[in-house]
Amino acid sequence: MSDLHLNIKVWRQNQKNDSGHFETYKVTANEHMSFLEMLDVLNEQLVREKKDPVAFEHDCREGICGTCSMVINGQPHGPLAATTTCQLHMRFFKEGETIVVEPFRASAFPVLKDLVVDRSSFDRIIQSGGFISVNTGQAPDGNAIPIEKDKAGKSFEAAACIGCGACVAACPNGSAMLFTSAKVTHLGLLPQGKVEEEKRVQAMVAQMDKEGFGMCSNIGACEAECPKEIKLENIAYLNRAYLKSVFTGE
Amino acid sequence: MLESKIPSGHISEKWTKYKSEIPLVAPNNKRKLEIIVVGTGLAGAAAAASLGELGYHVKCFTFHDSPRRAHSIAAQGGINAAKNYSNDGDSVYRLFYDTIKGGDYRAREANVHRLAEASVDIIDQCVAQGVPFAREYGGLLENRSFGGVQVSRTFYARGQTGQQLLIGAYQALSRQIGLGTVQMYNRHEMIELVLVDGKARGIVTRNLLTGALESHAAHAVVLATGGYGNVFYLSTNAMTCNVTAAWRSVRKGALMANPCFTQIHPTCIPVSGEYQSKLTLMSESLRNDGRVWVPKKKEDAIAIQQGKLKGVNIKEEDRDYFLERRYPAFGNLVPRDVASRAAKVECDKGHGVSPTGLAVFLDFSAAIERYGKTEANKQGLHNLSKEQIIELGEKVVSAKYGNLFEMYDKITGENPYKEPMKIYPAVHYTMGGLWVDYNLETNIPGLFALGECNFSDHGANRLGASALMQGLADGYFVIPYTIGTFLSKEISTPKFDPKGPAFVEAEQAAKNRIQTLLNIKGNQTAESFHRRLGKIMWDYCGMARNEEGLKKGRQMIRDLKAEFYKDLFVPGNADEFNPELEKALRVADFMEHGELMMVDALERKESCGGHFREESVTEEGEAKRNDESFSYVAAWEWDENQPKLHKEDLVFEYIKLVTRSYK
Repeated sequence: MSDLHLNIKVWRQNQKNDSGHFETYKVTANEHMSFLEMLDVLNEQLVREKKDPVAFEHDCREGICGTCSMVINGQPHGPLAATTTCQLHMRFFKEGETIVVEPFRASAFPVLKDLVVDRSSFDRIIQSGGFISVNTGQAPDGNAIPIEKDKAGKSFEAAACIGCGACVAACPNGSAMLFTSAKVTHLGLLPQGKVEEEKRVQAMVAQMDKEGFGMCSNIGACEAECPKEIKLENIAYLNRAYLKSVFTGE
Repeated sequence: MLESKIPSGHISEKWTKYKSEIPLVAPNNKRKLEIIVVGTGLAGAAAAASLGELGYHVKCFTFHDSPRRAHSIAAQGGINAAKNYSNDGDSVYRLFYDTIKGGDYRAREANVHRLAEASVDIIDQCVAQGVPFAREYGGLLENRSFGGVQVSRTFYARGQTGQQLLIGAYQALSRQIGLGTVQMYNRHEMIELVLVDGKARGIVTRNLLTGALESHAAHAVVLATGGYGNVFYLSTNAMTCNVTAAWRSVRKGALMANPCFTQIHPTCIPVSGEYQSKLTLMSESLRNDGRVWVPKKKEDAIAIQQGKLKGVNIKEEDRDYFLERRYPAFGNLVPRDVASRAAKVECDKGHGVSPTGLAVFLDFSAAIERYGKTEANKQGLHNLSKEQIIELGEKVVSAKYGNLFEMYDKITGENPYKEPMKIYPAVHYTMGGLWVDYNLETNIPGLFALGECNFSDHGANRLGASALMQGLADGYFVIPYTIGTFLSKEISTPKFDPKGPAFVEAEQAAKNRIQTLLNIKGNQTAESFHRRLGKIMWDYCGMARNEEGLKKGRQMIRDLKAEFYKDLFVPGNADEFNPELEKALRVADFMEHGELMMVDALERKESCGGHFREESVTEEGEAKRNDESFSYVAAWEWDENQPKLHKEDLVFEYIKLVTRSYK
């Protein structure tokens, strides 16, 4: 097990309206640690020196809750494809390396402290229409509507989005199209979700715009950085559904 | 005296009959009643959404930045339901029976039967919400099998079933938030329960962004705040899972039931170093196809531990498939407690396979070959080489478990298609929890507990794919009815003022607690105390327990607690975003809860389910239950010096108690 001596250059910002700055710390890690465990080591060190630890968000540490959110060496969730920060291990870094750690940056994700950002705009997009309107107890038998296996699989792949916001952080326009389109696709591909698709897509796009997310210009950085490999074709699906709703909707 | 309030009648009719008798609250009155729901996992989100749909005014709280982050999201394998879509003889009764037996006869019959009944509706509800379950080519829902049962009743969405179910509940909740029936409070952690005239009427929360303490009042409080597995520090739980909401209720008089019943899951990625912050589960579904083994010869095991030999180098005849050997009827699919203990036995004998000696193999080579052959036949390909067959087989295995294999590769840097996985048991779930009656109401009127937070359905051991089932059953299909038993008597009760004396007092208590921790100004971090607490719990209240160890462990926790209040250091202030303070508050509650677990484990002088007392074993070394003396729920009233035990006797009318055998 070999030790890594690293310089961690990390964004420090006390509150929402502070200007913020980088600070560099020396950390000794080993290659079996996850990136977040390396930050734990840094924080234990800072607390022992009675200094303010670096605020960062994390929870499940197995790549599924979508809480961890940081940009590592310029890439949301770091250099490894299809991997969240919590599952990124230190063996992918070099001895003596300087690692730059920043928060997700987008105008719709204001920084709250250090690496912590406010992503409640995502919740409001879902609240605007990212659901199927069914109350508890209203459901017919689960097998009443057969769904083509491949279609269900595609719907699942869109539903695998963890709502972390890396797509927004990666996008030069700060657009939330990948996130929003994944939900529109997940529900729209299923017969039970098709029913209210027109309303859904209209409402979600309107909310997305209201939150201050940028426009999509098909750059594709979102797809490249998405830890769950959500596909750009979801955006095409959304665009089709949106266009259709403009012509056929009320 | 604990009153379980089990309704009368035959077990298969109790719930249906009871539902039609529960007093209702008319729609115009529902609008006047407020309910607080704490937690937004499967149970909390399902409850908040369903109660909102019914017309109650719901206030819902989570300490996460979004209700979609709760740890239900990490459940992998699946959710059970007695649909019998597989035509393999399943029924509500069989699911009920399996769950009681799996729990080693320490759960309440009536609750478990209701759970089995609700399981059927859960699947329908989730499909209607758009949960993309796995399907057959004919478009119908697919099933697989899980540990401890002989039918295929588990519905799943690849290895991300919990995520998909939680997203379904989150969307239902989001819809209600959008409609205004649910008021959502993110980044608010409950740190006190408020009682008015002995009834639960509100909570005090800490706003995690600003540190502000806020009082929230309601007619009833529903806790869905999960389990306490993190008392062990290392567990498969998420980092912020904690016991605080439940423990704060215990400090206000709620009873904690069977706290020593914890589940150690057999298939987790082994511990690799001191810095480690959490353990990662490899889904139980893997035991459908993976075979568990260790080298027969100790010298082979030692060579593997030293890195001189690899698992693939060990010849077939030199492998000990110990689960298949010891439990031929269930083989690799024995329940979790049995599988975990068997792995521990092999490792204790010196046959473990990682550098620490604490790991066994989970091997897919046989499954890969079998699937490869089937696939070749399907495609009409004959005369394939072994390599070609394996290639085909790997594709099938990848389609089934791809994301789990990837996760394993990412964490360990080893390719599980080519080398057997290394796994070891780890703390995963807690069957114990707040004592509740049939209505899911605690002994404090108006305080309800759902999901992992309560003790009710899993006895001494939970079967795989049952936690998701219970969380959703409680949230969607039980609490919307049973809360009526309490609220129907409250329709004339005016709204409570969150500035009333009981709230002011609770806020002050919370403030004092925070100030006490900040004022210690010692030298050790909350994290370091947590790690030490976890080690004590694992060593003395883990997979095997004995009287001497439990007594010692209890004393060690008391000493650690004393040290905590002398030498803790929390940086920063109370009125700011301060994760170290959050941690310290949680660790303080874990200390007391951990002590209670020791007390409970000490008192239960029998082995049952996940609770294995070394003094109580059969001649073959299996767990030995003692129904005569311990067929009860141990519900504890907290007292710093000596917690007081209240017993609820378990009556089994429909299932005969037998020795649980999977041989």
